[in-house]
Parts: sequence; structure tokens; C-alpha cells
Amino acid sequence: MSTIADYERAPTVAGEGAHPALAEKLGRVWEAKPGIAGWLSTVDHKDIGIRYIITAFAFLIAGGVEALIFRLQLAGPNLHLLTPEQYDQLFTVHGMTMIFLYAGPVLSGFSNYLWPLLLGARDMALPRLNALSYWIYLCAGIFLYAAFAFGFGPNVGWFNYVPLAARAYNNGPNIDFYSLGMIILGISTTVGAINFIVTFLRLRAPGMSINRVPILVWGTLTASAANIFAIPAVSLAFFLLWMDRNLGTHFFDVPTGGSALLWQHLFWMFGHPWVYAIVLPAMGMVSDGLPVFCRRPLVGYTVVALATVATMVLGFGVWVHHMFATGLPSVSLSFFSAASLIIAVPSAVGVFAWIATIWTGRPILTTAFLFFASFIVLFTIGGVSGYMTGSVPVDLQLTDTYFIVAHIHYVLIGINVFPVVGATYFWFPKFTGKMMDERLGRWNFWTMFIGFNLGFFPMHISGLLGMPRRVYTFADGMGWDWLNFITTLGSFVFAAGVLLFIINVMVSYRRGRTAGDNPWDAPTLEWATTSPPPPYNFVVIPTVASRHPLWEGRLGKSDSQERSTVSTGLVLDHGRETVGTTPLDAQPNIILKMPKDSYAPVILALTLTAIFTGLVLHLWWLAIAGALASGLDIIGWLWPEVALGETREPANG
Amino acid sequence: MVDRIAIQGKLPVGAIDTRASGWWAMIFVIFTEASLFAYLLFSYFYLAVQPHLPGTFPEGGMPSLMLALPNTFILLLSSVAVGWAQFNIEHDDNRHLVAGLGIGAALGMVFLVLQYFEWAGKPFGLTSSSYSSLYFTVTGFHMAHVVVGVIILWSLFAWSLMGYFNRVRYAHIHIGALYWHFVDAVWLVVFFTFYITPLLGVTS
Repeated sequence: MSTIADYERAPTVAGEGAHPALAEKLGRVWEAKPGIAGWLSTVDHKDIGIRYIITAFAFLIAGGVEALIFRLQLAGPNLHLLTPEQYDQLFTVHGMTMIFLYAGPVLSGFSNYLWPLLLGARDMALPRLNALSYWIYLCAGIFLYAAFAFGFGPNVGWFNYVPLAARAYNNGPNIDFYSLGMIILGISTTVGAINFIVTFLRLRAPGMSINRVPILVWGTLTASAANIFAIPAVSLAFFLLWMDRNLGTHFFDVPTGGSALLWQHLFWMFGHPWVYAIVLPAMGMVSDGLPVFCRRPLVGYTVVALATVATMVLGFGVWVHHMFATGLPSVSLSFFSAASLIIAVPSAVGVFAWIATIWTGRPILTTAFLFFASFIVLFTIGGVSGYMTGSVPVDLQLTDTYFIVAHIHYVLIGINVFPVVGATYFWFPKFTGKMMDERLGRWNFWTMFIGFNLGFFPMHISGLLGMPRRVYTFADGMGWDWLNFITTLGSFVFAAGVLLFIINVMVSYRRGRTAGDNPWDAPTLEWATTSPPPPYNFVVIPTVASRHPLWEGRLGKSDSQERSTVSTGLVLDHGRETVGTTPLDAQPNIILKMPKDSYAPVILALTLTAIFTGLVLHLWWLAIAGALASGLDIIGWLWPEVALGETREPANG
Repeated sequence: MVDRIAIQGKLPVGAIDTRASGWWAMIFVIFTEASLFAYLLFSYFYLAVQPHLPGTFPEGGMPSLMLALPNTFILLLSSVAVGWAQFNIEHDDNRHLVAGLGIGAALGMVFLVLQYFEWAGKPFGLTSSSYSSLYFTVTGFHMAHVVVGVIILWSLFAWSLMGYFNRVRYAHIHIGALYWHFVDAVWLVVFFTFYITPLLGVTS
């Protein structure tokens, strides 16, 4: 009878220089195939991360151009550049693009690239699932934009309220495409979230106990855990709506016993946690990046990590603040108002920690620092306007006005776009081995910062003056004319700033100064490997004894009297391998076999998309064929493999 | 230098018990699936407490337990069979592993057949009312999960017949079984919601 001893191995521990052939051997084992075959089958988290980031930025540009077009329409009263129908599609597709196709995926991209490097692992825990998550995201984006290209984009606002979204008022296929596209995207987000959680629990380098992980990891972990519980609500809501519209069911249809408010509940039970899911990882980027330019560790690591988690937990109990004006009982309004106001506490913890880090540090005013520091200002403004609308009487006055539009843009651009651009300046050297241009960076920052505030601050005032959102034009003489003109002006300045950013990325990629491994003298593990990192990330698996493995020398004693080692560690070179560690203390307890490159993810993404294409076009044979093909793909994917140590034959000697 | 975190001795290699990454992934698949059913049942109760004409919620009066109750026991028995299969592989008994998986999968299919008759016997259709829409959608979601579970069990059955597993290498079996136990457990909640709560008066 076989015992566990038959499947054990004593891994070698060595210095990375001990075996000159080791790096070369690992390169052979981990490298993707050249050409299109490797491009379609790679499971390298770095390739996937970069693809995520580039795709998300493509959507950011598309959503930005849409916004510029309707800002021209709104530049003055009674303009007729767009018809009301065109306006409806443009502002809805703009919201859908920015919130679902840019803001979430861009953070997944950064985290995908950075997580294994931050954690000292060779890849994500489930590399093929990682590839699947990207391919499905791409398919969902194409699905939604294909509909828009044919004039069938969603047209009743990104939160898609019934009865306006019901068949009786919206006869075209627009909402069907939106509904099914969102379900496809939900699958991508869900499998990505599962991957982050499992990676956090199992793949941290030996010694990286949970009080030593970077805050970015806390942010993405918290967002992922929230997505696990929140995404099913919106996927279900969209599926039920699709059934109402196509099969004649009665979920949201009031005369036959359905409820229009059921849609709002399901949507916002997802929607509010999602708002935090697209900001917490970005806050994590700031918490890790800002201290590097203040030349000191983050103030209050533990409370910031706890505040991150607390924000998310509270975030599940506030969805009704989007529904204060729907006539709910006052006890419900009071409860959800109180819960919403309490969120100010963990948010303020973060703000004070960042301010204290700058205050007590020695700030170096790089472009990345400017973006990170300005985020604190914008977050505070967006936080205050959010706090105001958390109060029921104020919200009743401001709901559906431009004040809400100002709020959402201060939080989403302020807490997502500014940190993401800052993070690009910070991690671009790691991604490419080149520095971004600092002089162009200043221009980039100030254009974006001035343009943003010029564009969005006046919206607070037009909202307070009663201008409703989502109307395609407005009459003159309401006192809104000059505010709207300034807003349009600001949006173009902001767009010019984004353009400067893109130019800087392209120019620096070609002609940037060579970066070296650790150009910012930063403390975390991603800076311990080369820039860009090799396919296997680390020649030997690092061992971690503190939060700042590369700063231990100057910070005095680390928290455990030991030193982290990045040049000596586990070798793990019997094929693709990494070490699995215990969930809390990160003690090694297994050698995990990692999968080879595979076509199964890209094929599964296509067959899943075929299912939903069949459903939206009522080509039932296509939906059934897609389902069968998906089933076969999954069985092939999960077939027990000797090389992965899944069958009784020993995987290696 | 590396003191307490020294890698002493041997480490197991590959997919071993609850240290396999797939086992952790399945835990979170189950969390998200459980959330899906929670939102489905939220929708049921939310619509149940809206005003309705008498006799429309549940439509056609109290649902009959004639088929649903025995079918619940069939599904529970299938979980027991799969649990027995798990026990057997941990004791290196591949023959009874195969038997347990086969019995579990077959009972799952019996459940689907009885559910078909349960559906066919309903005096209303999907589009009759909000109740009927909920009934067919929620039980339909569950049946889709049973179909996936049965396919998983037959795949494991085939792989076990091919002799892939032994008392150390059984991660696939435990991961698949975890999903099947979840599908069975969630039926208890669906059953309680649709067949028992109306008897307790939880409608308008």
C-alpha cells in the first residue's frame, strides 16, 4: 500500500549563484512557446497582467471619447449635435465601459502582474484559470462593444432600471446584449477573484505571515472576497431580466406579481460592494507606493489593513442608500443611512495614515508621488460628497442631479484613475526595464489634475442648482450654461492629460532610461528580481522575515530578529514548481506542480461566448453546441495528469 | 540565516489532500454558488411578501410533497454513496470507490427523472405568474447544478475505473465530492423554501 512518503522529496536549498545553469534551466521550463502558439496558450501571470492593463486602457480611451462627444452636446443649452436616442446610448455605454470594462479589469491587470512577485511565488495558484479570466473578459468586452457598433448598445443608464429596461419600453436587442454580456463578464471576474484568494492563502513565500503582506495584496484580496459574494447578485438580476424580456417570466413585472424594486435591490447588493472592489486595490497601490517616495514605511500598517477589510464588510450593508428616493419604510432608511455614514471611519483611517506617512517622511516629488498624493485630496472631496448623500434628507434633494455625477467621478477617477496612473509611473520600470520620463510626467500630472477639477468640480454646483443627470440637453436661463461650458472645457483638458500619459508610456517604452532591478530603492520582493522579471520570477524562492525584506538593513532589527533572504532559498527545478505554504504563518507544506501552457482557456472562453451569442440571437443550436463544447473542454482541462502529480504514478524521482 | 523557516526534511509533491490548490478553489466556487442561491431565495421571499390575489402565491395551492419528499431522500442517499466512495479511496479500496461513485451518479439521475415528473405535474407554466416563474427558475437552476454534478461524478467514475487514484492521490475525488455534497445541501434549502415555508404561512 502506498503511503505519503512515496510522494515526497527533500527540496534543495541553495544560493541563486550556486548553480549557474539553474537560471537557464528554469528559463527553458517556464518560457512560453514563441509566436502565435505561445501567445494563445501562455499562462504566465505577467503576460496576462499586461494584456489586462492594455485592454482596460483601450476601453478607458473608448469610454473617454464617448464622454467627450456628449460633453460637446452639453457644452451649451439647446444643442443638437446628438439625438436623444444617441445620447442615451452614449452615456450608458460610457458608464458600462468605465465601471465594468476599465475600472475593475485594470486593477486585475496590476494585481495579476504584481501578486506573484510581491508574494515571492513563480505564478498565480491557478495559472490556467488566470488565462481563462482574461480571455473571457476580452470576449465580454467584444460582445458588448459589437452590439454598440451595430447601434444596439444599452440605453437606459448603466444600472439599467426596470421598467424602462423591460421589453414593453425597450423593444430592441440593446438590453439583451447588455444583460448577457454582463453575465459573461461576471464569470471572468469570479474566476479571477477565486484565483487571487487561493493564491493569497497558499502561495506566499515561506515566512510571509499575513501581517507581512503588502497592502495592495490586502486590497485585492478584500475586493476578490467581496466579488465572490456580490457578482452572483448582478449576474442573476441580468439573467432574470433576460428571461422576463425573452421567455415571458414575471420577476420585475408589477401587474403579474413581480416587483420593479427587486431589480434595484439585486443590482445594488452587487453595485455597492463593486464600488469598493474597484477602489480598494487602488488604495493598496498608494499604500505601497507612496511610502517608497516618503522614504519610510507606511504609518499604521495594521489599522490600514483592518480598515480595508472593514470598509468592505460595511460595504455589504449600505446598498439601500442608492434607493433612498424609492419610498422605502423609514426604519430601513435610518438603518442604511447610519451604515453609510459609519463607512467614513475606516476611510478616514486610510486618509490619516497616508497624510502621516508624508508628514513624517522625506517626500521626493516624483510624478508617481504627485499622483498618489493628489489621490488623497480627490478621495477626501469624493468622500465628503458621499458622506453628504448618505444623509437621507440631503439625498432626497440631490438624487438624480449632477451632484451625484460629480461624486461618482471624484471617487472613481480620484481613487481609481489617479492611483493607476501613479502606479504605472511606479511599476513601469519593473514591467519594461525602462524609466518613464519625469519631465513629461509633470506635464501629464498637472494637465490631468487641473483638467479633472475644472471638469468635475462645477458639476457639484450644477447639481445643487437642480440640473438633472441623464437629459440630453437643457434650456437656457437656468443658470447652468457657464457651469456646463466649464465642465466641457475641463473634460477636454483632462483628456489631453490622459493623452500625454499615453504618449509618455509609448516614448519611454522605446527610449526610456534603463531602470535596473530596484530604481526607486523600494522595499518589497518584486524589486529583488530583474526588470523585467524572467518567466520564472525568482531563481530561488525567497524567505521573508519582515514587511520590508529589502529595507531590513536600514530599519534596524526586523520584527523577528531574523533576516529575509532573497538570494538563497528553495531551488524547485523539477519542471514547473512553486512552494505551497500554510494560510496564516506561511510555513512550507507542499511542493505544488504548476501546469504547462494550454489552449483550453482560450477555447473555453470562445465556447462560453458562443453560448451567450446563441441566447442573444435565439440560435438555440449554437447555445447548445457551445455548452457541449465547453463541457468537453473542461473535462479535458481537468483530466488527471501525471506531470501535475494528480495520479498514482509519482510525478518525479 | 534562515532559522525558524528552515526547510527541514521532505515535502510532499503535487496534488495532496486539502493542500491541493483545486480543493481551495472549489471551496470558493461553492461560496459564490451558495451566494447565487441566496439571491434566488431572496428574490422568492421578496416577491412572496408583496400583495397577491388569493391562491396565486403559491399558485394552485400548497405544493404537494408526494414526489418532492422522497426525491429529497434520494439526493441525500446519493451524498452518502459519494461519501462512502471517499472513505473507500482513503483506504485504498478502488473497487468500492468506483461502486460508490456509480451509485451516487445513478441516484442523481433518478432525482432528475423524478424532478421531470414533478415539473410535468404542475398545473401552471413558466409564464403563468411571478410564483410560477420563481418555481421553475429556482428549481431549474438547481437541476442544472445536478446535471453538472452528475457529469462530474461519471467523469470521476471513469477515471477511477482507469485506476488513476490511490489512498494518497485522491484530490480529484474529494474536490468533485465537495461539489456534489454542496448541490445536495442546497437542495435542502430550496426544498424548505418552496415546499415547507408555504405550510408555515410565509406568503401574503
